[in-house]
Amino acid sequence: MTRSLFARNPSVLVFLACLGLFTLGVTALSEALGTGMISTSFVKTLGKTLSLSLIALAMDLVWGYTGILSLGHFAFFGLGGYMIGMWLMYERTRDIVVTSMANADIPPTPQEITDAIGNQIFGVVGGSDFPLIWAFSHSLALQLILVVAVPGLLALVFGWLAFRSRVTGVYLSILTQAMTLALALYLFQNDSGLRGNNGLSGLQNLPGLDDVPQSVVSLWFFWASALALGLGYLFAAWVVSGKFGSVLRGIRDDEARVRFLGYSVEGYKLFIFTVTAVISGIAGALYYPQAGIINPAEIAPIASIYLAVWVAIGGRGRLYGAVIGAAFVSLVSTWFTGGQVPSIPLGFYTIDWVDWWQVVLGLSFVLVTLFAPKGIGGLFDYFTGRKPPNRHGKDLGPGSGSLKEQEAEA
Amino acid sequence: MRHFLSLLCAATLLALTLPAQAGPTQDLLQEHAALINKASRKTIQPAIDALAASGLPSAQTVLQKWQNKDMWLRKEDGLFFWAEEITGKTFRLYDFDTAAPVGDFDKAALKQLKPNSGVRAMIGAALVQFQLSDPDPARRLAALTAIQRDAEPSHLAPLRASIAGESDPAIKARKQQLLTLLTIRFATDTPTRVAAIQSIATDISLDTRAALNSLLTSKIVFNPPDSANTGARITPGDPGLSVEAAFDLMVAAGVAAPLPTPDQRRAVLSENIAGGKVGGIPLARLNSQPARDRAYAALNPDWSPNMTKATVVADQPFFQVFAEPSKEVTDAARDALKSIETRVALNQALDLALDGISLASIFFLAAIGLAITFGVMGVINMAHGEFIMMGAYTGYVVQQFVPNYTVSILIALPLAFLVTFAAGVAMERLVIRHLYNRPLETLLATFGISIALQQIAKNIFGTQARPLTAPAWLDGAWILNDVVSISYIRIAIFALALIFLCVFLFIMKRTRLGLETRAVTQNPRMAASMGINPDRVNMLTFGLGSGIAGIAGVAIGLFAKVTSELGSDYIVQSFMTVVVGGVGNIWGTLAGAAMIGFLQKGIEWMNPSNTLAAQTYMIIFIIIFIQFRPRGIIALKGRAAGD
Repeated sequence: MTRSLFARNPSVLVFLACLGLFTLGVTALSEALGTGMISTSFVKTLGKTLSLSLIALAMDLVWGYTGILSLGHFAFFGLGGYMIGMWLMYERTRDIVVTSMANADIPPTPQEITDAIGNQIFGVVGGSDFPLIWAFSHSLALQLILVVAVPGLLALVFGWLAFRSRVTGVYLSILTQAMTLALALYLFQNDSGLRGNNGLSGLQNLPGLDDVPQSVVSLWFFWASALALGLGYLFAAWVVSGKFGSVLRGIRDDEARVRFLGYSVEGYKLFIFTVTAVISGIAGALYYPQAGIINPAEIAPIASIYLAVWVAIGGRGRLYGAVIGAAFVSLVSTWFTGGQVPSIPLGFYTIDWVDWWQVVLGLSFVLVTLFAPKGIGGLFDYFTGRKPPNRHGKDLGPGSGSLKEQEAEA
Repeated sequence: MRHFLSLLCAATLLALTLPAQAGPTQDLLQEHAALINKASRKTIQPAIDALAASGLPSAQTVLQKWQNKDMWLRKEDGLFFWAEEITGKTFRLYDFDTAAPVGDFDKAALKQLKPNSGVRAMIGAALVQFQLSDPDPARRLAALTAIQRDAEPSHLAPLRASIAGESDPAIKARKQQLLTLLTIRFATDTPTRVAAIQSIATDISLDTRAALNSLLTSKIVFNPPDSANTGARITPGDPGLSVEAAFDLMVAAGVAAPLPTPDQRRAVLSENIAGGKVGGIPLARLNSQPARDRAYAALNPDWSPNMTKATVVADQPFFQVFAEPSKEVTDAARDALKSIETRVALNQALDLALDGISLASIFFLAAIGLAITFGVMGVINMAHGEFIMMGAYTGYVVQQFVPNYTVSILIALPLAFLVTFAAGVAMERLVIRHLYNRPLETLLATFGISIALQQIAKNIFGTQARPLTAPAWLDGAWILNDVVSISYIRIAIFALALIFLCVFLFIMKRTRLGLETRAVTQNPRMAASMGINPDRVNMLTFGLGSGIAGIAGVAIGLFAKVTSELGSDYIVQSFMTVVVGGVGNIWGTLAGAAMIGFLQKGIEWMNPSNTLAAQTYMIIFIIIFIQFRPRGIIALKGRAAGD
């Protein structure tokens, strides 16, 4: 127990070094501060990828380490985005409104300014009054607190309800999916106060910083995302190492045994569920200013399932696996769906990757689940020489606990 | 000159002698000849009334011919006839009284009467009394509909007269209902109207409610005269009357002077800027409302910020005033409407229950396949929704080849079963077999299949919705009354859900496959020891569940749009249905579907404008429900419950 975190987990240092080198490299090649080999939009894509890696990290904590397949973490991600988006939209609209009102011969009253901002923001859904949930939108500090507090509280309440009644396994997955669906449907309404399916837009413009070009702003966000990912990785590594991490893995492998050993399984689960929700919210708050727009479709259950896909392809149960999976799959997806991959003419039919990428992704996901449950991260085991016992062979019986053929002979 | 005199003489003679030889209809027409010749909407009423009230057997013919522009005037003697074209120039005239041909005449000797559309409408109204006793029931019904659409006080008498001779009971009932409605609207003495209102206090039809509501039309009046039929007193700020509207009423009545709005005051301020100051206050300090008020008060001494619309309208007499002058009538109408509304509410509850049953059947259909694969086998299949979609697309493809909708549906149902059965078996063999006992992996792998299938469907059929048309005999609705109705297609889906329930019960309880399935589910090793091949049983059971999803897809496609996202719209609700109902029990699935269906309809009823909110609240309710019954409505007990 005297050895430091890094000594016990050399992979953390390797990862942080890689992340640092990557950040420096991108900065050196960026338009704003470097040679300009990487376009601003690609810097944004990379920054978004880093934010997605951060939520993948959270997913890995909750699924790969604790065995809770949550299909709701993208809801927390979206909530974080909405919270920061409210401030960005309010402040930017206020700037515009104040500038346009400054020309009037009589200075505007605070009430007039608020009304004009309300008209600008909610005119699109046929309203002009500020709903209650926008009460703090004038303050960056308060909204930043909400980025953490809203997903955290939702996760806390939902998790408490779910874990208390011992909802586990696929039931919990379906329940979290239902929660995500309910939230998305709620936000789709115009009177939800968050502009219905229009969502919040224009988030890429930082209020008060109109003079700073987007190339610089995108780099700032890229750095912030990298920093958040680095800190998140450190935190996750600290959480899963030591006794706490052992209990988490114990819950994943056999919940009942851990409970009989006297641990409060529900408490551990609730903690990890809430903490990962907070991390997801932070990741969302970094992602959406780079994406520029957020709408309820982002929260739809399918997004959370993709998150599980990334983690599974990257390799769950190891932190760098989740990061690699999210980065790899989302970048490859961008590449394929961006229409940059040449189509394959088959004579009778042309395979257009924009259309067929989803099919490939779905099927490769099936293949990974069947044949490579360790995902891409499993490749590292070849280098480090870690090999699992060879358990391949026929089941001796159809029950779940039955020995495999080779094991029985040994 | 002499010629002229003799002509005049002859004409007078002719005019004097003609009535003697013509029949009574012609006499009547001649009596109103001037009006008829120069028919105008303003003057023609007496002539039409005289004809309609004459009781002559030919009166209807006259009106009809007149309306159809078939009535002609013979120029030489001014008599009216109806004419039939023989050739382009020659017309054969017929006498109205005898219906006998009078002779063929050249067009130049005749003048066609062309009543304008206004006059024709008035003739039509007069014709109503004849149509009401027409021997053809269809025309009697058409006349009733015409009256209903455009009722007039004059219809009252002919309608009442026609009831006694009515032979068709259905038309008679309609006539009586219409007579009551007309009596309410047009009768002159109040007791008759009140009696008529009371007689329909049990009728929930839309017409009755519309008639009563129109009696109760009212507007809000400031300080109404004593003679007005006033209802409740209204306080400004109540939902019916905003403060602004109340103030406008007072301004219109000349009691209050209009107050400037903040915007108007601001405009006045900006007009009166003098040397960087308004009313003695520097411009820079005008950024708050109190400062602006002071500046405006300095400019307009009779204005003060305390004069608000709310203080002006407070305690002023605003009353609801009915357009109907008689208080007895409005009171009776209000009472009748109240008793009708109770009945309407009951019927709406019935209608809501029917809607709930139909939605529950849809959920049940979507979930019953899942009840087999998830409920019985414990395999979580996220691609279940895509099997529903495959079934719907199978129906669509069949309709491309078989144009007859009835036949195509009959082909599509078994074909959809076969297609999805094959898909289910293939999936079980290739993927799920390797993942038994790893439910989370199964969930993810089947989800991968789900997105692949969805995209393949999108690539083949495109993103736009494809029609799956129901046969004509499923169009329309079963209408119980104006409130309660249900479309045939929903009844068919209910029937289909019932059939599936029976099929499921039969297979599970009465067949070898069902026995083996239950055995394998409960204890695979023991079942294997008894000679059951668990692989084969699992494969067949999974195929069966998938096949049922395909059939459900055809049924759902009949009323929903067939798109590649059809399945994902239902998958979460389907899982909810199974989980809420209780896994492993078909009655639980039924109870779950009923609960979710009724709940969703109930929430929609409370907030009808917003189905999205209904779904949100329903899901939240389900999440809370799971807290109290984590194993569903009907939970398996004992060893069957597993873990």
